[in-house]
Amino acid sequence: MLTSDSCLSLHKHGSSMASDSNSSESQRIAQQRLRIIAGHLQKHKDDDSGTIATECKAEANKGTVPRKRQEIMKWNGWGYSDSKFLFNKKGQAEFTGKRYRLSGMVLPSLQDWFENTFGASVNHKSPATPALNASAVPPASLNEAFVEDLKATGIPFSHEAEDRVFRAHGHCLHEIFALREGKKFERVPDMVVWPNCHNDVVKIVELACKHNVCLIPYGGGTSVTSALECPPEETRCIVSLDTSQMNRILWIDEKNLVAHVEAGIIGQDLERLLNESGYCTGHEPDSMEFSSLGGWVATRASGMKKNVYGNIEDLVIHIKVVTPRGVIEKSCQGPRMSTGPDIHHFILGSEGTLGVVTEVTMKIRPIPEYQKYGSVVFPNFEAGVACLREVAKQRCAPASIRLMDNEQFQFGHALKPQVSSIFTNFVEGLKKFYITKFKGFDPHQLVVATLLFEGDRERVLQHEKQVYDIAATFGGLAAGEDNGQRGYILTFVIAYLRDLGMDYYVVAESFETSVPWDRVLDLCRNVKERINRECKERGVQFQPLTSCRVTQTYDAGACVYFYFAFNYRGLADPVHTYERVEHAAREEILANGGSLSHHHGVGKLRKEWMKESISSLGVGMLQSVKDYVDPDNIFGNRNLL
Amino acid sequence: SVSSSFPFSLLSISSSDETNTIDGFEDILEERRNSSDLKYALRCYAPVLYKGVTPCKANMLKNIVLQSDQLHYVINQVSQESGEAPDIIQEEASVILEEMAHRLQISTVRFFAFALSKAFKTLFQHVCVNEEGIQRLQQAIQEHPVVLLPSHRSYMDFLLMSYILYTYDLALPVIAAGMDFMGMKFVGEMLRMSGAFFIRRSFGGDKLYWAVFSEYVKTMLRNGFAPIEFFLEGTRSRTCKSLTPKLGLLNIVIEPFFKGEVFDVNLVPVSISYERILEESLYARELLGVPKPKESTSGLLKARRILSEDYGSIHVYFGQPVSVRSLAQGKVNRSTYNLFPRHIPRKPMEETQSFVNDTAYRIVRLQEDNMVLKPWVLMASLLLQNLEGLELSVLTEQTVWLRGLALSYAAFLDWPDHAPTAKVVSSSLALHRGLACVSGGRVSLVVGEPLGPVTPEEALFNRAVSVLSCASYRNQVLHVFLRPAMLAVAMLHLSDEVYNCFSFLWDMFSNDFILCPGDIVQDFEEACYLLVKTGAVQMPQQDIVMTDIGQPTLSFFNGLLEPFLQGYQVVCRYLCEEASEGLTEKQYIPAVRSFYSVLCVFTGNLRCYEVLSSDMQKNALAALLRMDAVRKVKVADQVTLIVNKMAVNSIDDILGKNRMISHINQTQISPGLSLVAVAEDLYRDGLTPSYIR
Repeated sequence: MLTSDSCLSLHKHGSSMASDSNSSESQRIAQQRLRIIAGHLQKHKDDDSGTIATECKAEANKGTVPRKRQEIMKWNGWGYSDSKFLFNKKGQAEFTGKRYRLSGMVLPSLQDWFENTFGASVNHKSPATPALNASAVPPASLNEAFVEDLKATGIPFSHEAEDRVFRAHGHCLHEIFALREGKKFERVPDMVVWPNCHNDVVKIVELACKHNVCLIPYGGGTSVTSALECPPEETRCIVSLDTSQMNRILWIDEKNLVAHVEAGIIGQDLERLLNESGYCTGHEPDSMEFSSLGGWVATRASGMKKNVYGNIEDLVIHIKVVTPRGVIEKSCQGPRMSTGPDIHHFILGSEGTLGVVTEVTMKIRPIPEYQKYGSVVFPNFEAGVACLREVAKQRCAPASIRLMDNEQFQFGHALKPQVSSIFTNFVEGLKKFYITKFKGFDPHQLVVATLLFEGDRERVLQHEKQVYDIAATFGGLAAGEDNGQRGYILTFVIAYLRDLGMDYYVVAESFETSVPWDRVLDLCRNVKERINRECKERGVQFQPLTSCRVTQTYDAGACVYFYFAFNYRGLADPVHTYERVEHAAREEILANGGSLSHHHGVGKLRKEWMKESISSLGVGMLQSVKDYVDPDNIFGNRNLL
Repeated sequence: SVSSSFPFSLLSISSSDETNTIDGFEDILEERRNSSDLKYALRCYAPVLYKGVTPCKANMLKNIVLQSDQLHYVINQVSQESGEAPDIIQEEASVILEEMAHRLQISTVRFFAFALSKAFKTLFQHVCVNEEGIQRLQQAIQEHPVVLLPSHRSYMDFLLMSYILYTYDLALPVIAAGMDFMGMKFVGEMLRMSGAFFIRRSFGGDKLYWAVFSEYVKTMLRNGFAPIEFFLEGTRSRTCKSLTPKLGLLNIVIEPFFKGEVFDVNLVPVSISYERILEESLYARELLGVPKPKESTSGLLKARRILSEDYGSIHVYFGQPVSVRSLAQGKVNRSTYNLFPRHIPRKPMEETQSFVNDTAYRIVRLQEDNMVLKPWVLMASLLLQNLEGLELSVLTEQTVWLRGLALSYAAFLDWPDHAPTAKVVSSSLALHRGLACVSGGRVSLVVGEPLGPVTPEEALFNRAVSVLSCASYRNQVLHVFLRPAMLAVAMLHLSDEVYNCFSFLWDMFSNDFILCPGDIVQDFEEACYLLVKTGAVQMPQQDIVMTDIGQPTLSFFNGLLEPFLQGYQVVCRYLCEEASEGLTEKQYIPAVRSFYSVLCVFTGNLRCYEVLSSDMQKNALAALLRMDAVRKVKVADQVTLIVNKMAVNSIDDILGKNRMISHINQTQISPGLSLVAVAEDLYRDGLTPSYIR
């Protein structure tokens, strides 16, 4: 019953995320009621498991994520267990569940696109292992003394195989592939603890230091940099510190427009709870359904609407971190300080190597009065990039502006749900005719920019006109709100689509970079070409899909996001092949003036390039901070350095 | 150390063995002899272009260049430095571009297609092209920007290249040509309309010129509008030896890759081998100091008489495209370009410079490897070692022997199938009857018939013309034998320190021959491998020993390099014993020439005519400069050479204590006579110029 209730509320949330956020009053009240019921049930369950309520356990847990994540989420794929793409008996694609706009819909063109793009076939399945084989999980090697002391604190913990394996990975291709194939993980955490508040974390860290236990903080588990991978050489007991139960908004300060929040809260909960008070953070990374505030801080996350709200480093006012040396915090909440290098910047991007972020004070904004999606079609990628560059130059970027290349445009089209009326069909046909025949756009060249405007109505409309006018000077044609919105839906479902691909011999991954404006085109072209060439040289039998989009604009450059997928039939070790190609792609990015990462972070996947990226002196500076803060390497995930 | 990396050499040699076949060439004249030239010139021409790019009109191209950030930056810079308004500088840039730019027109190309068909059929028996190379090129043109890098032995080269590409329906190249062509008003414009663009020979400090030029080339390359063609050697090689590559243009075409502006650049070495070079004796005269005739249309018309002669066949080999990306892998870190705006011109970094230099050498070596050699080059090599002439039967016998040696060294030899050797030799002699003749069963070099009485100097000059002409054929085979020949010299003269001696020669001759920088050990190993392979030497443990049957090979090799050793020695002798204090660079060449002619006059039996070649003199000087035995000092407008006599002397010593020059010096020249005085007298009396009449 619990599950179905929280599903319902989540479903509402899910749809509100994808549509305009002007939920009616009655909806709001209903949501609140459901939340209270869910809260009661949650409490009841906690009592069942026999934990002692701690002083910070004043309120019921109202977060989306239960301690047993596998109860609502896939253990070997992305997102909720109830939501997945599949090809039905008729060979048509559909998206199950009720959470998303696409949920329950049939996507008639996806099969064709899928088969044509990858040379795959819906008849060639590569099914995943149905369930985790608990006996194949390395046995927990517990530090008994630590466990004894931990028990005394009353903080819940587990050493069940499912819990441990769930926290042994993020969402890198090789990790998910290994789970699906039922491959044995070399090293997984030996136990999982669920602190409920800052003080719990202080206790855990103290005990870890006392008993020399390795701690690996775990937030939303959405890492794509092997950051959650346990170092195989670690011989100490590894404890995964799952922050998911630290998910309360502790206070909201409307005078200064800041909120003080526990760092385990995940993005969707944070927005939902703030929305109830009429606020938002505006921080919307693509992973926001599952990623956590602490994770954002630890990886220097970036949100889709950063043009209005800023990236995580702009949003954060105060951070509290528990380290082996004690707690780091500042003495005040001044909006800017000249007190030497900002210590926040040691924390931002530290990737769990220094301590656990427990509480964050961050900026909030009133929920915007009006939101409007939009889209512009350009004859080619070059024109689109030139337009984005001009928009950035004039500093009039909407809350979000993204440019998808032709491959992604076509991909987006393949995800169009069945059109219900003949009339819509007819209108779509007319539009297509207008763009390709009348305006002479080549359907294999044209690209689309998706836009999201926010603010008060009048200003949004004004802003919209300004942006469309600029677009027109680059040959851009306004292509409607629907196309824009669809682009953003794609963001949330793309990770689900990877699971579909993996059911049919297709592996896929994304990676990102940031690059100066003048190098954007060259970088995109060269990286794509490099991927194609590497695939060929490494025996990939089918033409890979390489696609990119410009997802963020800055004064001096842009963030570029790549998707890359291929049909791996005929390859002995597809993951290895994939990894070599991605490695080559990253080298190409660096050679073309791109950064090591814009927002995914370094983890263990990109460590080898750190020296090249920030100089060995720079690495030394970071190392000396690590050595001071955590001399015994308690936070031993070995990311970054 | 010799044996340790031996397997590598084995590999590299055996891989080049595979190309040791003359099959797969197609004679493109054959069809021309059987069908209408007019139809051919007017046929449909629709080449595939780089990634389906739409061709760019010459005017549009100019606009792209003039509006580029790169050029704007330099225009503003020059404007600030000179105080001129940017508009004026922009106008200047426009004028430079106008002077430079090609105006490729298909109609002109068709005209050439027609005219050249006629001319080629008269001049040549065959024009053979390797078809596989054409297919590779066609593929490469579609994938990446292509740079065609032909060898340069004749004015014909670039017309021939365009002719071939037209024939095979490939994209016509744009060709970097020297401004001197523009001296021929009409012809220059014709060439411009067939794709040539013109660059001044020297524009060292002219920033604006450089900017226009490099941006023009890069724009064509980046957009893949047309393959770019230029001659790495910079100028026609008058000696038929490959010249030390020039790096300017190569730097320009490689830079877009380093800056990420293109994914890759394909360099295509092209080897054009002429059985007889049109400019044969012209070159010899030029090397001996007769100034190069200025290019003029009337001069060209006079040259029509060459139309009546038989120049044998031409082989054009399009090599495997070389990917700059693959070459640069692990050698150049492209991210070093990240911290500097790409439109600001910058001197290439050291890493890049050495990469480009290395690449240039490798390409020239590839050109060499794929040069098709005719039997005559073997015969010329033998004749030059027997200037007094030799029996036809002996020549035939030795040619057969040399053929075997060349083949086992992977020479790309075009030896007629199934023809008796005697026939091959006699037809070679017939084709080159201007250079060698048979009389009374003896073969000897033809020396130009003097009109009336001749001075000893004139006789010397005539003799030198014929030797140098012949040497230009021997030089074509040098790249095959060079490394083992240097080893042979090292063994015969300094057998105890073979490697040291080899590396001395390697260093000494690195201006005369294409020796890739840093390849010294590899070259040594290759030399050892080849000599062992043909049984001339054995290598017990770390030692190198001549075998019983090795004598003919080693002494042939020794003889092959003898002219170079002697030539360098003459230069050393001159610098040590006769060079005056304030010797200027300008005086150097005539002075060496006089010195040598005086020596000859006094001794009468000197045989190193090749030292009279300005090419060898320049190379010897460059070697001595490199080895710090001579320094250049700029005084006022003159560059003076300061000779370190000790150093030059010791180099001379190493070149061979027992060589004839020292011998002559000691015995035949009376100590009281100042050679310099004699030489200067001769020179003042205008005797040197009289050689050339």
